[in-house]
Amino acid sequence: MKADTGTLIRGGRVIDAGTGIDGRVDILIRDGYVAGVGPNLAAEGAEIVDASRSIASAGFVDLHAHLREPGFEQKGTIASETEAALRGGFTTVCAMPNTSPPPDSATQVEALTERILRDARVRVFPIGCVTKRREGRALAELAELAAAGCVAFSDDGSPVADGRLMRHALELAAALGLPLSEHSDDPVLNANGVMHEGRISERLGLQGQPAAAEITAIARNLALCEATGGRLHIAHISTARGVELIADGKRRGLHVTCEVTPSHLFLTEDSVFGRGPSPAYDTNARVNPPLRTESDRRALLAGVNAGVIDAIATDHAPHATEDKLCEFDDAAPGISCIETALGTVMTLVARGELDLVAALRALTLGPAAAFRLEGRVPGIGSLADGAPGDVVVIDPAVRWAVDPAQFASKGKNTPLSGQELTGAVRAVVVGGRLAFERGVVHA
Amino acid sequence: MSGEPHLGPDEIGRTVRRLAHEIVENNRGTGGLVLVGLLSRGVPLATRLAAAIEEFEGTAIPVGSLDIGLYRDDVTRRKAPPSLRPSSLPGIDGATVVLVDDVLFTGRSIRAAMDALVDFGRPARVRLAVLIDRGHRELPIRPDFVGKNIPTALVQSVRVHLRELDGEDAVYVYGEEASHA
Amino acid sequence: MLETAATRDTTSSPEGEHRWTAKDLLDTDVLTRADIDLILETAEAMAEVRARPIGKVATLRGMTVVTLFYEQSTRTRASFEVAAKALGADVVNLSASGSSVEKGESLVDTVRTLEAIGADLVVMRHGRSGAPYLAARNTRAGIINGGDGTHAHPTQALLDLYTMRRRIGPLAGKKVVIVGDVRHSRVARSNIWTLLAEGADVVLCGPATLLPHTLAGIGEAGSCTVTTSLDSAIEGAHVVMALRIQKERQESGLIPSMREYITGYQVNARRLAAAAPHAFVMHPGPMNEGVEIAPDVAHGLASVVEEQVANGVAVRMAILYLLATARSI
Repeated sequence: MKADTGTLIRGGRVIDAGTGIDGRVDILIRDGYVAGVGPNLAAEGAEIVDASRSIASAGFVDLHAHLREPGFEQKGTIASETEAALRGGFTTVCAMPNTSPPPDSATQVEALTERILRDARVRVFPIGCVTKRREGRALAELAELAAAGCVAFSDDGSPVADGRLMRHALELAAALGLPLSEHSDDPVLNANGVMHEGRISERLGLQGQPAAAEITAIARNLALCEATGGRLHIAHISTARGVELIADGKRRGLHVTCEVTPSHLFLTEDSVFGRGPSPAYDTNARVNPPLRTESDRRALLAGVNAGVIDAIATDHAPHATEDKLCEFDDAAPGISCIETALGTVMTLVARGELDLVAALRALTLGPAAAFRLEGRVPGIGSLADGAPGDVVVIDPAVRWAVDPAQFASKGKNTPLSGQELTGAVRAVVVGGRLAFERGVVHA
Repeated sequence: MSGEPHLGPDEIGRTVRRLAHEIVENNRGTGGLVLVGLLSRGVPLATRLAAAIEEFEGTAIPVGSLDIGLYRDDVTRRKAPPSLRPSSLPGIDGATVVLVDDVLFTGRSIRAAMDALVDFGRPARVRLAVLIDRGHRELPIRPDFVGKNIPTALVQSVRVHLRELDGEDAVYVYGEEASHA
Repeated sequence: MLETAATRDTTSSPEGEHRWTAKDLLDTDVLTRADIDLILETAEAMAEVRARPIGKVATLRGMTVVTLFYEQSTRTRASFEVAAKALGADVVNLSASGSSVEKGESLVDTVRTLEAIGADLVVMRHGRSGAPYLAARNTRAGIINGGDGTHAHPTQALLDLYTMRRRIGPLAGKKVVIVGDVRHSRVARSNIWTLLAEGADVVLCGPATLLPHTLAGIGEAGSCTVTTSLDSAIEGAHVVMALRIQKERQESGLIPSMREYITGYQVNARRLAAAAPHAFVMHPGPMNEGVEIAPDVAHGLASVVEEQVANGVAVRMAILYLLATARSI
């Protein structure tokens, strides 16, 4: 096997929160790790990736994706969804545990890890269940799960509704040094709700999910976080008031982090209605938590810009066609968005709604720090020397229209079909190897 | 494209009076006569005919209006029909119904009108009075009383204006005449 | 939100008359004034047909109208069936029980099957808001919404409007009160759109838990206000529309008791005395006499409930006719 002569990402505007770099420099990767970042790096024999009109960043880290395997392979597989992640610029993905069977024991996590090693196109970290079978009744064996390699715990898809159980989970997870990623909502307030409770739900005659359901749950979780000293991570935040509560919690020194999806930054409840005079009842816009109001969206954007929101995490949720081709009340919630995430983020930057540096931070260092991943993979989410050789090259100016038929993901369920976006992934280097180039297929 | 009318108000007035006389003569009086105008322009014509008859006979003739939209044979086929209006007919059982229309062309409107009449009752006989016959019959329909025969080419069109609806009395013929081979 | 004329196709025939061009009738929110007038004028012609000794024509002979009812209904379904037959169409009735619908066939598969066997128009009633929109997108057959969840009931609103206009003419500036469980009423919603298009002043009235929050003030013409006081709403009202109050609302805690509802919101003779002279009372049916409407009012001189039902056939004939004839353009 010949020696690795390396890969040089040349001439891009490198923006890296981890090292503080923002300038036109080269990135050299050797033996799969970052060997240096600087102007005019010499690299004989290295494979050149031309980034001259592009932005270069550490590969994105997604704290929240549904790979669907095992159990729901008709919606997605580790192979298909990590290919999708790769094309979206995500070189690290945390897999949510609402699979069948769910990873609520070491055996399940080991089986999952085997599949990951065999099929994954990018780095995948498993997230373990908080409760057995995600039923919310009895705690799973958290220590076992941690030892088997889980980077966090979550019952995502469902909240841990029982306050006492949540408290114990936070205590135990804290002792293990792992965060608890909580899907914050009150299932009683949200009962039968299928979209944000507001102007559109009333217009469409659909049962609403009030903002209060998320706000009360976040408040509960913050109080428990404070009482236990545990590490709380609020998944997919969707309300303005929720952002305020988290900012307040951080000010008071609580160990709380949070994430927002690109869908919630880009879209509102109006997506359910659609653009026509007649309501579309677009099931592709059905998601938990629901897309909310414009003022919520602005607060989420401000939260990312201010750093209150630590991470942009996709909550990528592929579904089969039949899961969405039905009445709105019966449609499965979730958006397949890992391949449109960067495009929507860059479009928001182009519109002046998102700060570029803050957004890239929320895609790299922010998530890595929230889950303390650098303890497992030093330098992950940054371009420091010795960091993994994961780089994404972004073309900030290319205009393209979303065509779900072109997705690598099995899930074509996006409300953005036909939407014009500005900015796209041009190339992705994984472990020093050029694994994806727009328009080119790599083995 | 309007240009000169083919017929003006005086000619139309004379023609209507002549038709009124013919109807009464053919019926040997006014007994049992009911004039039914096809919406739209048949109706003012029917009203004028009844007025003329009343003038020289001294008898009032019942007048009705008939909307044939629901009876057309092209309803679920090509062009969308104009809006429907309610019909309003006096009793027609045993009567001599004179259908009145402005222009007789393919004959399909008259066929529809006869179908409609059947839904209202059973006249003793049905006659047809038209202001203009422009030829090109597609069905075996024959008018009993004709104001004017105006032979036309298929590509031409004939429009009757009546002051009750259009503010003037005139008959226009549009389009090129066919060249004779 | 009430986008109407700007986005509707208003092609007219050579005579300059307005034409119907939409494949479906899903709600009244997208109807222009011209659309509404066309429906009501056509309904008048249909009413005349119904008044004849033979109240039928053969206009839609050869067309197949399917009624696809996922929710029980006697009056609406029967009304559509009579209307379709009065136009000479063939009618097939399907209901949720005893058909493949129960075996879990999806709505999309069901409408596609209906289209394949020759359905031209499908009248649909469904318990889920938005279901007819899904159906309409997935079949070439024309979909008529016979009621979807709590969202819309366009044919009811149109027959209500027809009834109102026959009695008091144009509704611009007239006060129409809708009282009852407005929040969950598809009848109320579709009526709001038509009444606003007509420039009426709509007042929605009911207990706070049964009123919508965001529907006040909308529309380009007319007005829509919301109040919990029936006495103030009914003062000077030209039309009072009472909505059925369902027992389930009490069971789910939205109203404390039926008695409290009756005390606050029953349409009775005492309250009607404050309405405008010759005001009349409407109800989409079936009525809970003694609850939302006092029995003497339900059957009294001011009640036009039976007229509504009779008008329903004529209005539905008009809608079937307009959609059927638009299919060939």
